[in-house]
Amino acid sequence: MMHCFDMLYSPTLLETQYQSNELQRETQRDAYEFRKLGEVKVLGASLSIFCCRIEWALKHKGITYEYIEEDLRNKSTLLLKSNPVHKKIPVLLHGDKPVAESLIILEYIDETWRENPLMPDDPSEKAMVRFWAKYVDEKCVISAWTASRTKGHEQEKAIESTQESLKLLNKLIEGKTFFGGETMGFLDLVVGSLPNWIKFIEEFVGIKLFDTKELSFLHEWAQRFTEIPIIKESIPMKEDLLNYFRAQQNAK
Amino acid sequence: MGGVKLVATTQSFFCTRVQWALKLKGVEYEFIEEDLRNKSPILLKYNPVYKKVPVLVHHDTPIAESLVILEYIDETWKENPLLPQDPCDRAAARFWAKFADEKVVFGVWTACTMEGEGKEKAIEAALESLAHLEKQIEGKKFFGGEQIGYLDLVLGWIPHWLNTMEEVGGMKLLEAEKFPCLIEWGQNFIHTPLIKECIPPREKLIEYLTASLSYLRSLAAKKP
Repeated sequence: MMHCFDMLYSPTLLETQYQSNELQRETQRDAYEFRKLGEVKVLGASLSIFCCRIEWALKHKGITYEYIEEDLRNKSTLLLKSNPVHKKIPVLLHGDKPVAESLIILEYIDETWRENPLMPDDPSEKAMVRFWAKYVDEKCVISAWTASRTKGHEQEKAIESTQESLKLLNKLIEGKTFFGGETMGFLDLVVGSLPNWIKFIEEFVGIKLFDTKELSFLHEWAQRFTEIPIIKESIPMKEDLLNYFRAQQNAK
Repeated sequence: MGGVKLVATTQSFFCTRVQWALKLKGVEYEFIEEDLRNKSPILLKYNPVYKKVPVLVHHDTPIAESLVILEYIDETWKENPLLPQDPCDRAAARFWAKFADEKVVFGVWTACTMEGEGKEKAIEAALESLAHLEKQIEGKKFFGGEQIGYLDLVLGWIPHWLNTMEEVGGMKLLEAEKFPCLIEWGQNFIHTPLIKECIPPREKLIEYLTASLSYLRSLAAKKP
């Protein structure tokens, strides 16, 4: 018995175990550090509500990147090669690897550069973030976009759907500083420029989507969010969008 | 790690993919069959936003949306990982899962439901989206590599549900000359024991799809 006890707790065995664990940790650290290496580029369009999410995430993590503005009426070879399936922006290029779809890019950024995490740790909280991020893109954005492009009954339905979805977001942010809690997180970047974009649609098309009184929590959140320095310097404002799309209209 | 419930229907492949994930991880769960024509208070309580299945309830916390549920399962029960470790590979898996649900499922269902002129165009679009998947599975046993992974579960409707949709919708999509790799993957996947035990009987599925199709077509007929 004494002999077994000695073997289990002998300094040599413990040392070997420690060295093996340490080697494993070192290998994982090396792999993590290696993954972070490589030039970062963003293919985007400056007024896109999807592209700004990516730049915000990179800035939040202090990552240096090159921004390449795409002309969507004349897509570059690089865009077509990097996103052959959808041919859309944003695309993140990390070294020679392209990542497409803004929510997927955000998760990639968060998993590759772990400083200043955007996602919570807890799986059920992460699931909530993913659920609402998907909701923003599949309900709010699509409804608002449909409302901007249709007339009559279809437009009425889309307006109603947009208003309902904004009410849900308003309820979600009630009592919180940011969607991420005390500091901004993944969902803040996703909701990001939505209020500005929706207010632009309202004015451009002449419909009512964002009732500031009814959506007071969301309105206040938008004001707080826009004051964050890295957000303030690049968030597409309602006036920028109006100027751009009115110029487009006049050019036709 | 007990207290797992799955509010679902047997016919929906969005629900089956969650069952597959739980079984692959050896997680015991209670299956609560939902009647979607008469939604239960449980469903309305656990998924008030969409009122849809599947909903996973873990220690009374509900998680909705099948892709979100799959990631939750993978992060909560770490055995037999579904998603790859490398962030780039994870991004690729997520990309193709989104593509599959938004383009392939939608494309195939549209081809199934369309009648007349629109049907040919819809079939063409569905074939185009399936061609992307054929390219992705070329040279691999499973989308996850040597083992079944996240993307295999997401695409797992293809071997069983797709040919039923072809029959009900009066069309042929998965032809052997065009999709040899996808068909072979499908056979490997569906014959895996854990996978096979969750698939609904073909006759029930045909009944369910035929009813859904009639209902959708009757709605379309009523539109001005």
